[in-house]
Amino acid sequence: MAAVIEIKDLVKDYKLGEVPVHVLKGISFDIERGDFVSIMGPSGSGKSTLMNIVGCLDKPTAGTYKLDGISVGNLDRDQLAEIRNKKIGFVFQQFNLLARTSAEENVELPLMYTDTPDAERHDRAMKALLAVGLAGREQHQPSQLSGGQQQRVAIARSLVNNPKIILADEPTGALDSRISVEIMAIFQRLNHDDGITMVMVTHDPDIASYANRIIHFKDGVLHKDERIEKPRDAKRDLADLPAEKPEEAVKL
Amino acid sequence: MNKLNASIRIALRALRVNRTRSALTMLGIIIGVAAVIAMVGVGAGATARIQDQIQSIGSNLIMVLPGSISTNGVRLGSGAVVTLTEDDAKAIAAECPSVAAVSPAVRGGVQVVYGSNNWATSAQGVTPEYMVIRDYTMLSGEFFTTQDVDSAAKTAVLGQTVAVNLFGDNDPTGQVIIIKNVPFTVAGVLTPKGQSPSGQDQDDVIILPISTAKQKVLGANKANAKAVSTLMVQATSPEAMNQALEEMTGLLRERHRILPGQEDDFSVRNLTEVFAAQETSAQVMSILLGAIASVSLVVGGIGIMNIMLVSVTERTREIGLRQAVGAKTRDILSQFLVEAVTLSILGGIIGIAVGLTASVLISYFAKWSTEVSVLSIVLAFFFSALVGVFFGYYPARKAAYMDPIEALRYE
Repeated sequence: MAAVIEIKDLVKDYKLGEVPVHVLKGISFDIERGDFVSIMGPSGSGKSTLMNIVGCLDKPTAGTYKLDGISVGNLDRDQLAEIRNKKIGFVFQQFNLLARTSAEENVELPLMYTDTPDAERHDRAMKALLAVGLAGREQHQPSQLSGGQQQRVAIARSLVNNPKIILADEPTGALDSRISVEIMAIFQRLNHDDGITMVMVTHDPDIASYANRIIHFKDGVLHKDERIEKPRDAKRDLADLPAEKPEEAVKL
Repeated sequence: MNKLNASIRIALRALRVNRTRSALTMLGIIIGVAAVIAMVGVGAGATARIQDQIQSIGSNLIMVLPGSISTNGVRLGSGAVVTLTEDDAKAIAAECPSVAAVSPAVRGGVQVVYGSNNWATSAQGVTPEYMVIRDYTMLSGEFFTTQDVDSAAKTAVLGQTVAVNLFGDNDPTGQVIIIKNVPFTVAGVLTPKGQSPSGQDQDDVIILPISTAKQKVLGANKANAKAVSTLMVQATSPEAMNQALEEMTGLLRERHRILPGQEDDFSVRNLTEVFAAQETSAQVMSILLGAIASVSLVVGGIGIMNIMLVSVTERTREIGLRQAVGAKTRDILSQFLVEAVTLSILGGIIGIAVGLTASVLISYFAKWSTEVSVLSIVLAFFFSALVGVFFGYYPARKAAYMDPIEALRYE
């Protein structure tokens, strides 16, 4: 498998007043196409900074980062925006949906910044919502949806531009355990059936163990890189968990 | 086009979400635009009214009045001594090439009687040239002729005010009126001119042949039967006014045997120039009113900037999200700019409606004539759009250049 993410000697410094803070101290690793990677580490370990760079929201101080063969280090604001638009889907802890805006329009948002015609935009948003099991709720606003449903809208939004990778920053941090497993089931399906590379930051070892590979960070360096031969199967776990509310059970 | 439509849709939704705030923000622009339109309308109305009045006194008009003279150090007031005569008028008409027409005039107060009605008015004794000089037209009947002047015919031309007070709605032409026990046949009625620039009713007048006026009504001057109280002169063109003034002054000084260094015993007034000054002051007032009103438009613009800044701060996370999913700098810039311009254009359109209504109300209740030009509406509209762009740019730029990481983390 070819690497979709290639990171070599990555360094990131911040200036806090006069004192430079070395957040990432030379990190190298690759992520293969179609992999499902969890990134773990205590706060201050530099994992958020790494995610910002991987997500093309920030640029490294030194070292190279190649996303899908493109070196990101010397691109400007708008070029980075275009890379994010074409190649990356974001899922956030706090969902970050637009209030007073229907699920469908929330999902369409990334396509608003492309030349996609209205009709196609609508079709793709509907397909993405169907893929996360939200058919029939297209016109609901975030305030009318549960936390799990909101996160599924956010996942549909990250899918709608057919990204190479989905970056999820603590995607289950605001959800209870059953809903968290549901979200993991969706991630595993997208990873397995659609071949989308998943990169997920979490500090919950249970959640991390749904991935094929766990990378541990500590003090700005790669601490441990373990490959999991038999990751947990979220779909099977879900069957064992009692459904708290029958209507919440998703047909996956 | 697709993207612009999307921007407008996003902007309208954002404005709808905060209805009260949007309405209050627009209020600044509404008041500004309405004030500009109403005030410029009032100013233009005043200017137009003064122009009408200047038109009404006649074109290229010069008035020659008997001047003050001093005898042994005692200065007598203007008109105290007879200095102008009918012969002066004839000489000016004959010898000054820049003068188109001259009419000598005598005037005095008279009581006019018709049947059981009577009316006090001012009688003017003139020659037929007077009609041309003052740009009079006839509402009915005819002006008297040179023959009438020569034969001292007992014929009179009435102003509208006099005609209405004596005859009501009936046509006075051919009727007989009594002035100082002398019967006069009414030759015609003048088309009304309305107020003069100095506020006099120009239609409250009765016009007689100068000969008749002197002999039968006002009485001739004992010292000089040919004395007149004024000469009304029309120059050949507006450019010839100064030339005509010089020619007349020279001629009259010569005729009155005034030595070089002595003061004139007459005075010459360029009436058009006097009233043109009023027109200028009305225009200045119009510009001042417009300028003051524009200030409120600018204040309205600052209101938009203020609210847009608040809106940008409130929506920091939204901006971060949009940037994360691929919004470029100009996408965010245009989103907020479109929002500001939508506010100001909507405000501008409502302001135009309010301004038009206000100017109608002003002319109805305050009885001021107002004139709202299409140009001022178009200008107000574009200026309000410009205010939106100008005051919306800074907040929009602030939004567009946010750091996506900071913006996403904003609480």
